Amino acid sequence: MTERETELLNVPPGAPHSNILSETGSYIIGLALALILTGVSFWVASTSVLWGPGVAVGLVVLAIAQMGVHLVFFLHITSGPDNTNNVLALAFGVLIVFLVMIGTIWIMAHMNANMGMSPELTNLQMQH
Amino acid sequence: MTTASEAPAIGLTHGGSEDTGLGHRGPESKSIVVPYGFWLFVLSDMVLFSALFASYATLAHATDGGPISNQLFDRNLVAIETIALLVSSFVCGLAMIAAKRANMIWTQGWLLVTGLLGFVFLSIELFEFAKMIGEGAGPQRSAFLSAFFTLVGCHGAHVTCGLLWIGTMMAQIWAKGFQPHIMRRLLCLSVFWHALDIIWVAIFTIVYLIGTLP
Repeated sequence: MTERETELLNVPPGAPHSNILSETGSYIIGLALALILTGVSFWVASTSVLWGPGVAVGLVVLAIAQMGVHLVFFLHITSGPDNTNNVLALAFGVLIVFLVMIGTIWIMAHMNANMGMSPELTNLQMQH
Repeated sequence: MTTASEAPAIGLTHGGSEDTGLGHRGPESKSIVVPYGFWLFVLSDMVLFSALFASYATLAHATDGGPISNQLFDRNLVAIETIALLVSSFVCGLAMIAAKRANMIWTQGWLLVTGLLGFVFLSIELFEFAKMIGEGAGPQRSAFLSAFFTLVGCHGAHVTCGLLWIGTMMAQIWAKGFQPHIMRRLLCLSVFWHALDIIWVAIFTIVYLIGTLP
């Protein structure tokens, strides 16, 4: 095994690609996609054309898509074998993030619905 | 450096040509290990933010008769903040490309633009905070506002740290040049800065856009 092969086995997260065209191109594509997704997000939130209840879900989907764009084009997380460690760490992070967020929202919503408390209490308002 | 076929076929290594990643090549170089460790830190930072997001989502309607999100947030300001931070993240990438080619002028220039755009973002955020507190919508007004200031303020504190870090790196590059350990720090900085932008995407969507839906 040569030194060069050894170097290719892992890359750190965020390291630019190897040649200047592809690495600058990666950032430019990422910026363009992120700008488009941001613009669509603000448009979706402002327009009255879309079905109201679906707008929040659409915004979350757009946000997750934009996070993906940032990860791929800015942080250069790829599916290549040199990125396995970075991807595994990311997958674990995403798992914990989803467990914490969805778990909390789910449990708190059900508690509010099932405890039969008065609206003031279920609303968790601060009492003076 | 032993070749793969000479690797000892004992313990956890399989020997042969297959690289098991279990260490028969020895530890990775610092240029891999340090950014990877920093990547783990950034991911755990995102776990921290997920807890703040969860508490915000739980408390978002607990306004105690005080101002609600629709009355407080200005989407135009948020749009400017978003663009500033996004372009800042992009320019940080350009600085990394320049640094990789050991180009002092462009590296310093792009890092300066990165920092200035981050400063624009932070100024708008502080202006918004000051305006809200001046209107009596400070963090002590309701559970919703406590959660809001904790979540967005925590992100703002991260951006402040990032700005200090950018300034430090500009000075270090200027004084010490593009040495390997300086490059490692610069790579960690760029990972940190891109991660802050990812967290901001979640904040502007959940807090500012979904919070101000009619």
